[in-house]
Amino acid sequence: MEFFRVKKDIPFMKYSKISAVISTTVFILAVIFIVIRGLNLGVDFTGGTMMEVSYPKAANIDDIRQTLRDIDLEDAQVQNFGTEEDVLIRLPIREGLSIAEMSEKVSAALKTSNIAMEVKRVESVGSQVGDELYESGALAILFVCIGIMLYLTMRFEWRFAIAAIIANMHDVIIILGFFAFFQWEFNLTVLAAVLAVLGYSVNESVVVFDRVRENFRKMRKANVAEVINNAITRTMSRTIMTHLSTQTVVISMLIFGGEILHNFALALTIGILFGIYSSIMVGCPMAMWLGTNQTNLAISNPEIKKENTEL
Amino acid sequence: MNRSSRWKYLLILTTILLSIIFVTPNFYGESPAIQIMPIKAGKQIDTSLLQSIETTLEKSNLKNTGLILEKFNIKVKFKTAEDQLKAKSIIQNSLGDKYVVALNLISNSPDWLSDMGALPMYLGLDLRGGVHFLMQVDLSKALAKTTDSYVSQFRTQLRKEKIGYYDISKNNDVMQIKFKSKDELKKGKNIIRDVNNNFDFQEISIADEIILKVVISEKTKKSITEFAIKQNLETLNNRVNELGVAEPLIQQQGLDRIVIQLPGVQDTAKAKEILGRTATLEMRMVNEDNFNPAIFEDGNEDQIPINSEIIRDRSGNGMLLKKEVILTGERITNAGPGVDQQTGQSIVSITLDGKGASIFKQVTRENVGKRMALLLIEKNITEIVTAPIIKGEIGGGRVQITGMNNPQEATDVALLLRAGSLAAPMEIIEERTVGPSMGKENISRGVQSTIWGFVAIITMMAVYYMVFGVISVISLSVNLFFLVALLSALQATLTLPGLAAIALTLGMAIDSSVLINERIRDEIRNGNTPQASISIGYKMAWGTILDSNITTMIAGLALFMFGSGPIKGFAVVLVLGILTSMFSAIFVSRAIVNYIYGNKHQISKLSIGEIFKVDNN
Repeated sequence: MEFFRVKKDIPFMKYSKISAVISTTVFILAVIFIVIRGLNLGVDFTGGTMMEVSYPKAANIDDIRQTLRDIDLEDAQVQNFGTEEDVLIRLPIREGLSIAEMSEKVSAALKTSNIAMEVKRVESVGSQVGDELYESGALAILFVCIGIMLYLTMRFEWRFAIAAIIANMHDVIIILGFFAFFQWEFNLTVLAAVLAVLGYSVNESVVVFDRVRENFRKMRKANVAEVINNAITRTMSRTIMTHLSTQTVVISMLIFGGEILHNFALALTIGILFGIYSSIMVGCPMAMWLGTNQTNLAISNPEIKKENTEL
Repeated sequence: MNRSSRWKYLLILTTILLSIIFVTPNFYGESPAIQIMPIKAGKQIDTSLLQSIETTLEKSNLKNTGLILEKFNIKVKFKTAEDQLKAKSIIQNSLGDKYVVALNLISNSPDWLSDMGALPMYLGLDLRGGVHFLMQVDLSKALAKTTDSYVSQFRTQLRKEKIGYYDISKNNDVMQIKFKSKDELKKGKNIIRDVNNNFDFQEISIADEIILKVVISEKTKKSITEFAIKQNLETLNNRVNELGVAEPLIQQQGLDRIVIQLPGVQDTAKAKEILGRTATLEMRMVNEDNFNPAIFEDGNEDQIPINSEIIRDRSGNGMLLKKEVILTGERITNAGPGVDQQTGQSIVSITLDGKGASIFKQVTRENVGKRMALLLIEKNITEIVTAPIIKGEIGGGRVQITGMNNPQEATDVALLLRAGSLAAPMEIIEERTVGPSMGKENISRGVQSTIWGFVAIITMMAVYYMVFGVISVISLSVNLFFLVALLSALQATLTLPGLAAIALTLGMAIDSSVLINERIRDEIRNGNTPQASISIGYKMAWGTILDSNITTMIAGLALFMFGSGPIKGFAVVLVLGILTSMFSAIFVSRAIVNYIYGNKHQISKLSIGEIFKVDNN
């Protein structure tokens, strides 16, 4: 079986201007959603309390709301979680009520109104911790970007590094854009997914760039666009197989992983799909426009330099 | 060209063998057990206790499936959870309240495996259920407390040596003493040096005021806060022990935080109550000199002497107490409830340590006929428990506190005091609780995701790359095997995101195999012989595999450095998964390929799926 049967290289770079328009539009849209709608940050970042409770029969959301109103927690968000029996309650931080007291107060009240209630999960985060988690999350993204750029500059050259990181940030912003648009909850687990995407989708760029470098050596007469087109075309089969495999696992997570892994898997799905697109249609044209060519790649790589002098 | 040297096969075989040893304990399952620990954390256990437990169980006809004596605890395994519960109550009754009996689950893997250090994977709280608390320690309070005690020491010493000073004030950790003359300041400075040699001094004279500024040096501050954290950790250890948790984790995090993990704890309210108690005991003198009842009236606050304050008892009656603290709860070594033989009232008798006893002796000697107040500070509320008149010198460090309303209260107060006081107050700033059913659900979710993802990948690879696909699948299975072995061997905490990472690394690990297989197909397309294609394919793919794995590794490391809790779990698995996947994709799959194809001189075709060739005509 061979998925990809092409006789000639696909002229990807010919479409680079169109794709640039598309990418920029999607990117701007994502930024607009993030700015206007904002991310629906989970308690990990905002601080507050999240409780998952479960009832033997379908839960009565209105009753639960009323119970919480009775103990002066009218700002509680109550909704079903996955099934009819499971309920998710979100509570903001309340002055004068410690997070430890908050969850006990809620579970005591709910237990009184329905003895069969079971607390399945509590996540309570103080505002200070929330701020710190937010900060360290941002730091982690920064660290990954710098780390990857340094490594790519070392292994390839700075143009590739910049192109790859732009393609990557494009993915990250789009994931965030989706989360802002649909108001899916963004928590620590989703952040982990975003960082995993950062590391994973740069693979795609690396594989293509690796081929590009190799092609510069072999295809002496070809121009930059042709070299890139060939590199993308010849790695296409691998791209499809690899992403299909990873996506299969992620789908398996979407199906079997339950609610906790749901948004994690969603973020990965968006990351994988846009990762393929961006490494081909964002990273490669970017490297081309930044002026990647045979000479500067050759100079930055001692191995090729040696080979060139031998020739 | 496609032959692996013997040492490579040997290396792979050794690794697989080692992995088998470390993976095996995961398949044995767990037995219900009880764990017996002395109430005082860190106290060692001897064989006599083991024997007495054995006899107790024999008497009640409870069959155990194994007794394990460890340094700080004894574990007894049972066949059923029913026996486990029965045994718990029987043993608790026979041993009394000096020991804690907790429920636990113990791996069934044979002893020789455990002796080799092969244990099942260590499950995080989200997989086994339990409570996680992050506590913030207010170190500034610990410093303030120390400064208070310094100020009172200065006062006593200066007065003793008859040095003239106007007043001593303090602001956070800076103390100021106004002296009457420069000469007095010089003498005073030497006396203060005798109290503690770690102060920084600064002499200020504004107008006609002669002031000595005493600053606690950074080094001392550090040791004060370090000591405070250490004491809080110890106190928490004792408190957690009272909860009867089998495998608690109490650890300092950063400068001023403490993480507490209590697996299996379901009664979070009780856990919080016991952990969150910040009761401390203080003994102070009642200010009976120049006493003026008018100070209790509103609006007369300015008449309260500067060295005193008004504190009320339970019924709201105020008393004027000196601010100087004679003793704090830190000096208490033991406390227990009791009954006053004469009055029949409930009391708490406490035992003081050596220094506490000598201070108490001195104070009681010097203040016969005066009142001394005992204060209980709980949740920022200071309350006078009792304020008896000192009838005579009390030596030996044994003190009785009267004024308890009932035996229950006496028991509670004693427990509170015995569990130790905190050097600095703490507050829960993060709580994560996972119910036991949720933990089991999470395990099955993570495992299901991994299994079905794995099955799907296996099918795809085998169909698409034929024999080479099967080789990839074998190396992927070996990868999974290695990963589980490594996680077990390192006893890294496995969380739900960690399980997701196992699934994800499987999906990502296949990339290496795909790169290799595609490269080999490429070389065949280019007209190379099968043998040459294999060799070139592996060689060319290596650089790409390394690059792409290193970039993912960077992300994994960032997650590990900046992540916390479950995210750290994700990062650990991701990083380990990258390492094992590189080993298995390159070493293992190459070895298999070489084993199959390496010895054949002529191969006309590789079974790597159909290869589409561009027709040049």
